[in-house]
Amino acid sequence: MKPINQAQVTFMSKSVNESFARGIVAVFLAQADPTLPQLADLKTAVSEAVTNCIVHAYPGALGKVTLKLALYEEGLVKITVSDKGRGIPDVKQAMEPLFTTGNPEERSGLGFSVMQSFMDGVKVTSRPGRGTRVVLTKRLTPRQ
Amino acid sequence: MSNVRFGDSSDGLVAYLSGEIDHHSAQQLRMEIDAQLQNALPRTLTLDFAGVSFMDSSGIGLILGRARRMSALDGRLVVQHPPRQIQKMLDLARVSYI
Repeated sequence: MKPINQAQVTFMSKSVNESFARGIVAVFLAQADPTLPQLADLKTAVSEAVTNCIVHAYPGALGKVTLKLALYEEGLVKITVSDKGRGIPDVKQAMEPLFTTGNPEERSGLGFSVMQSFMDGVKVTSRPGRGTRVVLTKRLTPRQ
Repeated sequence: MSNVRFGDSSDGLVAYLSGEIDHHSAQQLRMEIDAQLQNALPRTLTLDFAGVSFMDSSGIGLILGRARRMSALDGRLVVQHPPRQIQKMLDLARVSYI
C-alpha cells in the first residue's frame, strides 16, 4: 500500500522535543482534517512513544529519535517512532499496564496502555542494544 | 508550556494547572507544587485541570506522586474540572475526579 503523503523528522532525545513531536503530528495531519478528539488521541500516543525513547531508550544520555508519519487512502494514519537506544529485553512485559522501570514515584507505567487505548493498532519491535520501533496506526473515520 | 498558580480552598490548597502536561513540563510542575505543599501542609490538595489543553500519562504520574505525598501528610488529594480528553486519560488510569 502506497502512502498519499509521508514525512520524516529526526531529533535529539531531549524532553523539550516531546511537544515538538506533537506539533509535527498536528501540522502534518491538518491535511487529513481530523476531528479534535482524533488529533488529541494521536498526539497523546506519539507523546507516550517519544517519552519512552527519552526516558528508557537513552537513560542519562542523548540519542536520536525518528518520527515517521504516513497518510494513506481512507484516512489511515501510520506513525512510526524509532530509536537506536538500549532496547527492551521483554516487550510483552513492558507493555503490561503499570509495568515501569522508571522512577515509580513519578512514572505511571501506563505509556503503552495509553497508546493501545487511543490508537487502533500498536506494534512494538525491539532488539536489546540496537533500538526499538513503535508503529501506531489509526483510521480517521469521517466527521459525522 | 505549562503553568501552575495557587489559591486557597476551605480546607487547603488549590493548584490551578494550565497548558500542556508532558514528561518535560511535569518536572517543573512537580517541583512548584511540592514546594507549596511543604510550606502550606494542607489537609486537602486540589489539582484543577480546567486550563489543561493536553496531558499524557506523565500527568497521571504527577497526580499519583502528589496523592502519595498527601497520604503521607494524612491529607487527601482531589482532582477537579478535567476537560473531556483528559477525562479519557484519567478514566484509563482509574483516577476519580469531580
